[in-house]
Amino acid sequence: MARAELLRMRDIRIEGRAGDAWLPIIDGVDMTLHRGEVLGLIGESGAGKSTLGLAAMGHVRDGCRIAGGAISFDGIDLRAAPDATRRRLRGRRIAYVAQSAAASFNPAHRLIDQYCEAPVRHGVMTRAEAEADAVDLYARMQLPEPDRIGWRFPHQVSGGQLQRAMTAMAMACRPDLIIFDEPTTALDVTTQIEVLAAIRGIVAQFGTAAIYITHDLAVVAQMADRIKVLLRGREVEEAPTRAMLAAPRAEYTRSLWAVRTLERAARPPSEGGAVVSVRDVSAGYGGVDVLRGVSFDIHPRRTVAVVGESGSGKSTAARVITGLLAPRTGRVLFDGRPLAPDHRKRTRDDLRQVQMIYQSADTALNPKHTLREIIGRPAQMYLGLRGRALTERVRALLALIELEPDAHIDRRPSELSGGQKQRVGIARALAAEPRVILCDEVTSALDQIVQEGILRLLDRLQGEFDLAYMFITHDLATVRAIADSVVVMQHGAVVEAGPRDAVFAPPHAPYTARLLASVPEMDPDWLGRLLDRRDAGQG
Amino acid sequence: MGVATLLAVMAGVVLGGAAAAWLFRAALVALSRGALRRSLRGAPLTACFGMLVIALYLGVAILAPLLAPYGERAVVTVQFAPWSADHWLGSDHLGRDMASRLIYGARNTVGIALATTALAFMVGTTLGLWAAVVGGWLDGALSRAVDVLMAIPSLIFALLLLTIFGTSILTLVLVIAAVDATRVYRIARAVAQGIVVMDYIEAARLRGEGGARLIFREVLPNAAAPLVAEFGLRFCFVFLAISALSFLGLGIQPPTADWGSMVRENATLITFGDVTPLLPAGAIALLTVAVNFVVDWQLHRASGLRE
Repeated sequence: MARAELLRMRDIRIEGRAGDAWLPIIDGVDMTLHRGEVLGLIGESGAGKSTLGLAAMGHVRDGCRIAGGAISFDGIDLRAAPDATRRRLRGRRIAYVAQSAAASFNPAHRLIDQYCEAPVRHGVMTRAEAEADAVDLYARMQLPEPDRIGWRFPHQVSGGQLQRAMTAMAMACRPDLIIFDEPTTALDVTTQIEVLAAIRGIVAQFGTAAIYITHDLAVVAQMADRIKVLLRGREVEEAPTRAMLAAPRAEYTRSLWAVRTLERAARPPSEGGAVVSVRDVSAGYGGVDVLRGVSFDIHPRRTVAVVGESGSGKSTAARVITGLLAPRTGRVLFDGRPLAPDHRKRTRDDLRQVQMIYQSADTALNPKHTLREIIGRPAQMYLGLRGRALTERVRALLALIELEPDAHIDRRPSELSGGQKQRVGIARALAAEPRVILCDEVTSALDQIVQEGILRLLDRLQGEFDLAYMFITHDLATVRAIADSVVVMQHGAVVEAGPRDAVFAPPHAPYTARLLASVPEMDPDWLGRLLDRRDAGQG
Repeated sequence: MGVATLLAVMAGVVLGGAAAAWLFRAALVALSRGALRRSLRGAPLTACFGMLVIALYLGVAILAPLLAPYGERAVVTVQFAPWSADHWLGSDHLGRDMASRLIYGARNTVGIALATTALAFMVGTTLGLWAAVVGGWLDGALSRAVDVLMAIPSLIFALLLLTIFGTSILTLVLVIAAVDATRVYRIARAVAQGIVVMDYIEAARLRGEGGARLIFREVLPNAAAPLVAEFGLRFCFVFLAISALSFLGLGIQPPTADWGSMVRENATLITFGDVTPLLPAGAIALLTVAVNFVVDWQLHRASGLRE
């Protein structure tokens, strides 16, 4: 490659503190980046992607240290350089875009003030120049009303817009290198497209080099020139994007690929009518209707997937079914019998029949309780189990979710990995012996290999215990993997519903078509083609 | 006494304290096991010093009749007797043995402060968590009531209540507990409001759990760390409040020995350059510092800071 070398990292070792010992997080990884090149870093969570990305700035998180190796940025030795030198580089020549723009912006300042801070501080531009530049970059990032949006506060713009504003801010000093740490992971597919397109466009326009960290292969395929695969702090393989997609060498890389191909044939609706029916439900908070006349059925032993972008009312529908939110009009039927709109008025048996699994297992499990208590409590409450019978039940449930009972029964959630926590959430739902489980984005916080394990587990449990699932998701790959029927929602209304294969096959409702087209494919040309098609459609 | 001597004495006190704290930690680590042992091993010396002082105070309070050379109320010598072999710290304005009264004072002052703080916490925490869990009008009613109580300066409010209900030890405990419970309520409610929005609380509600279980099993364990820290601080405030009220003559009534009233009763001696009346005040100060050392350590642990 003719381009000049920008970043050179050799034999990087980073350690994290665990009590009194130092454990390796990154164990001897090399990384080279040329000017204008985009390198994709992929791997499951805990592989050390973010740690390596931060190390490219010469930075480590609290409680970590760089134990060995050399980092050289454009000829400057970042490990040996004094703090003042590193500070001058950061923001000006190296920028960082974090996963959650909402958490990274200071909510008390306007976007443009935060934009101007770095260039003015580093003496690159005056305040007026920086403001004019911000408007220009906002326009290039295809933000609506570029000359006005900067004067809003972070909470006044949407998540996707915020992520683009963040990228614009990182661009403010025209850095040589930007590190993107999962910038689209928290966004839904249709928003993700906008952000990906904007990032790709701006990086190409300014010839900026970038490190793009993600666990989504299809995304990295669109963004990166080269891909490096990490596993437990070591490099598995590195190759140009096309070469790696065409012929992954390592076994582990192939297993990453295989996840997306998980698919089960859709089954026809079961006999005997729906177990839960949502009938003409309108509901909302305050004076605003989030749901408008929504109806759908959950059939016994079947999975209905509810899809739609964030804010479409998917989770609100689940809250109405569980009784957390009383519908303004309409009813929820269980076995043909209406359920009380408020969960406090429902019988204990009604509560037992409908269980919920949450998106974030971190907040769904009480951190001060042991698994014995978390999983045992529903069995104790609903089934009256005590003493040894209860312990046996908890052990059986732990075995069901593939956690070794003796080793885990007295652990607390903080001693488990993300995937294990989600499994505990499943066990807690199962402990009530319900007929219906509502799964609210249960896999979206997990990386793909863990996701696959959870989906397979849910599928197996459905067969064993005759469960009905309502699966709320924005990931259509998940839908393909386990759903029998699909409900597509937009702006609080159902736009299309039916058996999965019928919904996925043309003709589509316009919104369904857009949703389907937004799911990234592994083909590196996919984003380009999609944007071309869109331009043609508009033009 | 020259500056050099003073510095040497201070250095000696600090070194002695550090050495005692170090030995105390070693003893605690040897006697404990498991998670407790691990956390004790990481305890800073200040916290160990604090724990040592608290342990000494408790020992003195419990063993007061055995340790004190004379009775709490017995007039055993002349008024304002100087320090001597018979009366280590001399005698007070009625001729009672100062050292004995200081020892009994630990029992009265510390015991009452502990009972008061415990009561304030039981009431304040329960109401605060209840308000956060139930929310709505209950939260509004309780919080506004507490706001009204907090709007009145606490010392004046306590003086008012004590004047109305009279000054027995029971009313003293109840009045200070009532005043302090409002502060505890505020903290408990604020902490719990961050917890009740978590999904695990929603899951517990959906399971059909009752209010008591929600408050004490689901919310309280997660709110415990800041509340424990607050307990330490509150204990000091209560301690000072009792001493202040005693000093004003509305707290623990004579002839019961109490550090606050001991300072007042013997205050005249200060004019003669005698430090004896300040010893009870020093005892209060030392305990306050000790408790705060331990609280700082617990706060540090609760905040999850490792480095």
